[in-house]
Amino acid sequence: MKSDNIEIRWHGRGGQGAITAAKIVAKAMFTSGYTGVVMVPTFGTERRGAPVFTSLKVSREKIYDLSPSKEPDIVVVLDHLLLEEEDITQGLKHDGLVVINSPLAVRSYRFNGSRVAVADVTDLSVKAGLPQGMVNSGIIGSFARAAGLVELDVLLKTIEDEFIGRKPGENSRAAQLCYENTIMGGL
Amino acid sequence: MQIIETGNTAAALGVKLARAQVIAAYPITPQTPLTEKLSEFIESGEMQAEYIPVESEHSALAICIAATSAGARSFTATSSNGLLYMHEQIQWAAGARLPLVMCVANRGVGAPWTIWNDHQDSISQRDTGWIQIYANDHQQIIDSVIKAFCLAEEVMVPVMICYDGYILSHTHMPFDVPDSEKVDAFLPPYRPPYALDPADPSNLNTVTMPDGRADVRGDISLGYMEIRHLLQRDMIEAVPALERVEERFQSVFGRGGNPYVEPYRCDDADYIAVSLGSLSYQLHDVVDTLRDEGVRAGVLSVHLYRPFPDRIIAEALNGCSGVVVFEKALSYGYQGPLCSDIKSALYRHAEGRPFVTNYILGLGGREITTQDLYEALKASCFPDGGAGEETRWIGLRFL
Amino acid sequence: MPTRDYRKKISLSESGPGDAGKTGSWRIVRPVIDPDVCIPGRRKAPACYICWLYCPDGVISRSVPPRIDYQHCKGCGICAEECPTKAITMVEESSFIKE
Ligand code: SF4
Ligand code: SF4
Repeated sequence: MKSDNIEIRWHGRGGQGAITAAKIVAKAMFTSGYTGVVMVPTFGTERRGAPVFTSLKVSREKIYDLSPSKEPDIVVVLDHLLLEEEDITQGLKHDGLVVINSPLAVRSYRFNGSRVAVADVTDLSVKAGLPQGMVNSGIIGSFARAAGLVELDVLLKTIEDEFIGRKPGENSRAAQLCYENTIMGGL
Repeated sequence: MQIIETGNTAAALGVKLARAQVIAAYPITPQTPLTEKLSEFIESGEMQAEYIPVESEHSALAICIAATSAGARSFTATSSNGLLYMHEQIQWAAGARLPLVMCVANRGVGAPWTIWNDHQDSISQRDTGWIQIYANDHQQIIDSVIKAFCLAEEVMVPVMICYDGYILSHTHMPFDVPDSEKVDAFLPPYRPPYALDPADPSNLNTVTMPDGRADVRGDISLGYMEIRHLLQRDMIEAVPALERVEERFQSVFGRGGNPYVEPYRCDDADYIAVSLGSLSYQLHDVVDTLRDEGVRAGVLSVHLYRPFPDRIIAEALNGCSGVVVFEKALSYGYQGPLCSDIKSALYRHAEGRPFVTNYILGLGGREITTQDLYEALKASCFPDGGAGEETRWIGLRFL
Repeated sequence: MPTRDYRKKISLSESGPGDAGKTGSWRIVRPVIDPDVCIPGRRKAPACYICWLYCPDGVISRSVPPRIDYQHCKGCGICAEECPTKAITMVEESSFIKE
């Protein structure tokens, strides 16, 4: 109901790390001065491989309404195949943004009136030294580039803190590579 | 230190900071991550406590009862049917006057089976002699857990901290984790007024006569009714005791406020929505929208549900013409329990009696949309808006 | 909360005679120990004390021979039942009144 909130919906598959990705962005945005940060995951039905989504709401003020976003400003998709299973743009604001991990070219995607950002996060993450399928740090880089809401440095630092003991350098590099290789299109 | 974590983690950190010595719990969704966190803290040596795995919730509370009787600060947590399975021991802990603390990650109760949020579980334990406090966000969860031990040990009545399953238990948001030294200053180690001691054996909570009896010293040992009366008296006494705890907390940590109710834009309100838990915060935005439309609406969030601070609530509602109670629980065959309590408080303490509307919503995790809340509250702000005095359900479909 | 206040608020009972008052008045049969049969009585030394262990009201002493506190003995007969030498006889209370 509050119009000054920014709502970001993350679509992934159970086990893919969409929640971790959203959490990292939440922390980075909190560090950047957004005092209202709330991340509401899909409740109770998390199974490996099943489509899941999590809502991240950010605001300059404390957020009181914890209900999941109905009208996101930004949709982030960790696996482009989800587009065939789910209506990922449901409720997306007219001048919204869709960030997709996909090997396909950005012109393959067209969502009415929304900007699209594409990067082959899966491939770039492997190039950064991560095992196949670890895309949650990379997608943050693409998100940072496309959304421009939070400084890349802050994100990279947050990624390194989050992945402490679990390849922090490679995760941060994946985000950096994806940031550099995100192609914008759409509308 | 500010961190972004889940409500369950906030609760676990509170228990760790309170230096609970014995923890016994049985996993149940959505409480499980709380006790998992505690077992991790203990395993890693971050927390010095005995974690006792059990085969049921009944045993979990039985162990906490025994541990507290022996003088340890104890903690357990559960949800839903797990809480119901504890019921006999819940009554026992209160009658035995043990200062236990329990977290309830609120979830609907079966049948039919549900794992999602409503308040039927803890509300159904309303009359057991436990203090019940409802938290609206993670800061309130962690702070309430710490305050709960303080309050319980002062009045020797167990405390239940309730927070919405999933909506708070699994949602990430920022909150401040208080400094350990400050918590130690606020909450010194538990000094039991009496603890079981093999060197000086005694039986606790043995059979009482309808009347009193003489004890081995020839003194009068009170009968059942006196013991129960003292529980009631001390429950009532817990209301001012909570204020003292809150004042001390505020002086140490610099935050807090009204421990009983949290009013939002109530001062000049004609219509006040009342609820428990995170729903109260969701209503803030609804009230803002109505205010923009010129309707003088407010929200009263009830934190302390038992003992029921009836006078304080009636004062907070004084002067409004309509009260709208939104509830995630029901006394089947009648109305929402909070609604009944509010009406009773108004009957006793209010000058002019406002119109009271009752909505039941969100049972078993049924989504509560802010739009639905807006429409319901708006309808209730105009007595001819069709809301009426009957209990109504929001969000029902298919019927 | 001071211990004294707290103990009032719960039902707490300590072992020892008198936890339910002067229960001696409940008795209709009285346990009487025959010191010539009782083991400590015969040996003139502490021994056995099964009766002391079993007495639910804790009114039998561990002395030579054992003694029963009749102000509190309620006459349940457990001591007589448990005594291995049958040294305890349960005697009608009325017979003591006649004397
Ligand atoms: S049990 Fe019988 S034999 Fe043993 S001490 Fe008692 S009276 Fe004597
Ligand atoms: S009859 Fe024997 S066991 Fe029973 S109270 Fe008297 S002494 Fe104790």
